[in-house]
Amino acid sequence: MTALSITILAGFLIAILAPFLTRLMKHRAAFVLALYPLAVVMQLLALQRGSFTAPSIQFPWVPSMGLWMTFTLDGLGFLMGMLIAGIGTLVILYGGEYLRDDPYLERFFLWVIIFMASMLGVVTSGNALVLFVFWELTSISSFFLIGYKFEYESARAAAWQALLVTGAGGLAMLAGLVLLGQITGSFEINQWLQNPKLVQESSLAPAAFILILLGAMTKSAQFPFHFWLPNAMEAPTPVSAYLHSATMVKAGVYLLARLFPVLGGLALWNQVVPWVGLLTLVGGALLALGQTDLKKLLAYTTVSSLGGMVFLLGLGTPLAVKTAMLFLLTHALYKGTLFLVAGGVDHAAGSRDIRKLGKLAKLMPFTTLAAGLAALSMAGIPPLIGFISKEYVYESTLYYSNLPFILTGLAVLANVANVAVAGWVGIRPFWQQPEQKDEDLHLHKESVWLWIPPLVLAITGLFMGVFSQGAAQTWVAAATSSVLQEISKVKFSLWHGITPMLILSIVTLIIGVVVYLTSRTLIPGLAAFWKKLSFVGPNLFYSRSMRAFLSVAGWQTKILQSGYLRYYIITIIVTAVTLAVVTLATRYGRLPNPQWTQPRFYDVIFIVIIITSAILVTRAVSRLATITLLGAIGFSIAILFLLYSGPDLAMVQFAVETLTVILFVLVIYQLPKYTKSNYPIQANVLNIIVSVAGGVMMAVLMLLTSAVPSNSTLAPYFMENSLELAKGRNVVNVILVDFRGLDTLGEITVLMIAAIGVFALLGLKKGSKSGGNR
Amino acid sequence: MQRSIILPVATRYLMPLMLVFSIFLLLRGHNEVGGGFVGGLVAASALMLYAISTSPSALWKLLPLDPRFIAAIGLFISLFSGFIPLFYGKPFMTGMWIETPLPVLGKIGTPTLFDVGVYVLVIGVVVWILLEFAEDE
Amino acid sequence: MLFLMAIAAGVLFAVGIFMILRRSMVKVLVGILLLGYAANLLLFNAAPLMRGVPPLIDPVMGVPADYADPVPQALILTAIVISFGVTAFAVVLIRRVYAVTGTGDLDNMHCTDIPCESEEILSDLEDEIK
Repeated sequence: MTALSITILAGFLIAILAPFLTRLMKHRAAFVLALYPLAVVMQLLALQRGSFTAPSIQFPWVPSMGLWMTFTLDGLGFLMGMLIAGIGTLVILYGGEYLRDDPYLERFFLWVIIFMASMLGVVTSGNALVLFVFWELTSISSFFLIGYKFEYESARAAAWQALLVTGAGGLAMLAGLVLLGQITGSFEINQWLQNPKLVQESSLAPAAFILILLGAMTKSAQFPFHFWLPNAMEAPTPVSAYLHSATMVKAGVYLLARLFPVLGGLALWNQVVPWVGLLTLVGGALLALGQTDLKKLLAYTTVSSLGGMVFLLGLGTPLAVKTAMLFLLTHALYKGTLFLVAGGVDHAAGSRDIRKLGKLAKLMPFTTLAAGLAALSMAGIPPLIGFISKEYVYESTLYYSNLPFILTGLAVLANVANVAVAGWVGIRPFWQQPEQKDEDLHLHKESVWLWIPPLVLAITGLFMGVFSQGAAQTWVAAATSSVLQEISKVKFSLWHGITPMLILSIVTLIIGVVVYLTSRTLIPGLAAFWKKLSFVGPNLFYSRSMRAFLSVAGWQTKILQSGYLRYYIITIIVTAVTLAVVTLATRYGRLPNPQWTQPRFYDVIFIVIIITSAILVTRAVSRLATITLLGAIGFSIAILFLLYSGPDLAMVQFAVETLTVILFVLVIYQLPKYTKSNYPIQANVLNIIVSVAGGVMMAVLMLLTSAVPSNSTLAPYFMENSLELAKGRNVVNVILVDFRGLDTLGEITVLMIAAIGVFALLGLKKGSKSGGNR
Repeated sequence: MQRSIILPVATRYLMPLMLVFSIFLLLRGHNEVGGGFVGGLVAASALMLYAISTSPSALWKLLPLDPRFIAAIGLFISLFSGFIPLFYGKPFMTGMWIETPLPVLGKIGTPTLFDVGVYVLVIGVVVWILLEFAEDE
Repeated sequence: MLFLMAIAAGVLFAVGIFMILRRSMVKVLVGILLLGYAANLLLFNAAPLMRGVPPLIDPVMGVPADYADPVPQALILTAIVISFGVTAFAVVLIRRVYAVTGTGDLDNMHCTDIPCESEEILSDLEDEIK
C-alpha cells in the first residue's frame, strides 16, 4: 500500500511537470504521461492476487491533533481505482490526439493528471478529512477542465456553475463528516465502519446523513442538482468521458457506498435515498429523449444511470448493492466508450447533431465497431456485460419488499430510454442516412488514437460479458463485500433460463426499438415539451438565485462600502461608544472612583491652552493658522510631560514639534486649500454628536483606567534591573535600547520605510529623479 | 525677498553647537536624560536650520553622504549591534558590555552601539524627508 | 489634575474625530495628528501622575522610592517619533492625490471604493450566468 499511495501522490508532481514535458514533446507527451495511470493499474492488479485489500498506512499530518493521512484499499476502492486509472490511461492517449493542435494542451494534461491523482486519493483515503481534501481537489480540477475553452462565455458559466453546485455540496458534506467525527471521536473511516451502532444511536446521525447525502447528490448530479452535468458538456470530449461520466460523478455513489455500513442502517436511508435515485433515474432518461446533441444525449443518460446506482444503493438489499457495483463497472465501460466515440465523430465530421450525421460507417470502421459494441451493451443485449447488469437491476426491483411492480415499471421505462439513446448515439450516425443535409460538414478519416481507446474499452465490455465469471465477477464480489462488510459471493452468467427478468429485458428491447424508430417525431415533440416545462427547472432556479445573490451582494456593498470616509468613521465610533456604554452600564456601581488631586497653576494654564487651541482648530479657515494651533497643542503637551516626570518625552516632543512645523512650512502651499463647501446642517450636527460622544467616552475611560490601582510588576522590574543587567540609569532609554531593543529596531525600520515611501511618492511625480549630491 | 543676515550668521555658530549638544545627548542618554532619538532629532534640526538659513543645496554640499545612505548606515549599525552577541554564542540582541569604562565615553556596550545606530538613522531619515520636501517646491 | 488631563484628552479626541469627519483631506490629516496627541496623553495617564520623579536611578541613592512609570514613557517616545514619519508620509500622500485628482474634497473621491462602473460589472456577471 505504501508503494501504491506514493505512486498516487506522485501524480501531483507529475502534473506539475506535465506542461514542461508538453512543451518539449507536443502532443506526444501523452505517451509518457499515460505511464502514470498505467503504473497505478499495474500496482492494483498486483494487489488483486491478495484479497484486494492492502493494509492501511498512515503519514503524519497533524499528529498532535490526532490527524493522520491514512490510505487504505479494499474491494470498493479497487474497483473505482481500476476504472480511474484504466480509463485514465486511455483518456490521456485519446486527449493527446483529440487536442493535438490545441494551444492549451498542456493545461489539459496538467488538470487531468491532478484530477486523476485526487480521484485516486478519494477512493484510497482512509481518513474522512483527507477524503474531503481530495474530493474538493476533484471539484477544482473539474472546474478548470470544464472551463478549458475559457474564451467561450458558455464554458466559463458552466465551469462556474459546476464548481458552485459541487462546492456547496462539498461544504455540506464536510459538515456531515465533522458531525460523524464528533459522534465517533475519530476521523478514521475504519473506526466508523467498525462501530456503526455508535452512529446509528446518536441523535445527530440524521443531520450528518442529510449533509453527507447533499454532498453525494451534488457530486453525482442527482435530482434536483442534476443540471450542472449536461452543462458541463462544454468541456472537451475526453474530459466529459472521463470526469463527467466514468469517474468523478461516481464519487457521490462511492461515498454512499463507502458509508453504507454506517448510514445504511438509518431508517432515513431507505426513506430518502431510493426516491432520490429513482427520480433521477426516470427524469434523466426522459430528459435524454428530447436531445439531439450526441454529448447531451449521453449526459442525460449518465444522469439517469447515476440515479440508478443511487437508487440501488438506497434499496440496500445485498442483491441491490451487488447490482449497483456491477452497474458502476458496466456503465463506466459503455458510457466512456460512447463519449469517446462521440468525440471521434465530432472530430471527423465536425458536428455532434444526430440529425446531421449519417453513413459514417465506411469512413470510420473502427469507431463504428466500438460504438456498436458499446451501444449493444447499453441497450442490454447479450453477450455484452450490459445485459447482465440490466438483468440484475430487474431482479433487484422485482424481489424488493416494497412496491416491486412500480419500481420495476419505472426501471423498464428508464431502460427503454437507454435502448433508444444507445441506438441514436451508437448506431444511427454510422448506418442511417442523415436526416438533414449540412453543407458545413467536412468529413475526414478517423485517426488512430481516436479509435483505439474507445475500441479497447468496448472490447473490455465484450470480454467481461462473455467471460463474466472472470474479472467482472471477482471485482464486483470484492466491492460488494467491502460495501456490505461481509464476504459476498457473486456468480454471473449470461443464461439463467426463461425468467421474469429475461422477459422484461425482451419487452424493454422491443419498446426501445420502437422508440428509436420513431425518433424523427419523438425528439422535436419531447424537446418542445421540456422547453415548456423549463420554468420549473432547477437550471432556471440556479440562474435566478445567482442573480439574486449578485444583487444582494451589490446592495450590501453599496450600504457597507459607501465610499465616504465619513460613514466608515461614524460607524466605527458609534459601535465603539455603544459597546463601551453597554459594558459600563452593566457594571454600574462597581466602577472605581478616580482620585481628585489638586491641579497646580501651570497645569491649568497649559491645559487651557490645549483645550482652546483644539477648539479653535475646528474654526480655523487657513492652513497656516491650523499648523500654528497644532504647534501650540504639541508644545503644551511637551511641557505637561516635563512637569510630570517625563523629561525624555518632553525633549523628543519639542524636537518633533519643531521638525513638524518645518515640514509643514515647506509644503503648506502645495496642499489643497480648505474647501468652502461643507455639509448640510443635519450632517454637521451628526458629526458633532458623534465626535463629542467619542471624546466623552475616551475621557471617561481614561478616568476609570487611572482609578484602577496599578499593580504592574513591569515598572519595578525595569527599575530594579536596569542598572544591574543593562548598566544604565535612565530607565526609559534602557527599555528602548536594551530591554525592548527589538521593538525599537522594528520602529526605526518603520521610520526608514516611511522615508522610502515619501521618496517614492515624490519621485513618482517628478518622474526620473537622480539622487546623490547635486 | 531679501534675506536677513542675522539667521545665516547665527546659524554658523549655532549649528556646530547644536551638533555637539546632540552628541552629548546621545552619549549621556543611557544614564541621564537624553538618548539616540532626541540626539538625532536635535542634530537633524541643526542641519535643517542650516538648510533654511542658506539653501537646501548648501546642505547637500555640507553633508558627507547622501542622507539616504546615512539612514541606511544607521539601520545597519543597529542591526549589527544585535548580531554581535551571536558571535559569542548568546541570543540575538543580548546586551554585552566592555568591562572597564573608557575615558569620556564611560561604559560602552552593544546597547550603546544600538543607540548610535538609532541616532544616525533618525538624522538620516529626518533630513532625507525634509530635503525631499524642500527641494520639491 | 487627573480630571483636567482627562478633559484635555477628551477634547483632543472629540476635535480629532470631528476633523477626520470633514471633507477636506488636509483637515483629515489634522484630525489624525490630534488623535495622536490624544492617544499619547491617554497613555501618559495610564500610570499614576507624579511630579518631579523621573524614572532615573540615582548614582548614589540607587532606585528612588517614588518614580514615574517608565513603561508608558517608552511607548510614547516611540509613538512621537513614528508620528513624524507618518505625518510626512500622509502629507506626501495628500499631495499626490491632489495632483492626480485635482481635488482635496473627499466626497469627490468616493468612487475609489466601489468603482462607479460597478453597475456595469454586475450586469455583465448576470449575463454570464444566463
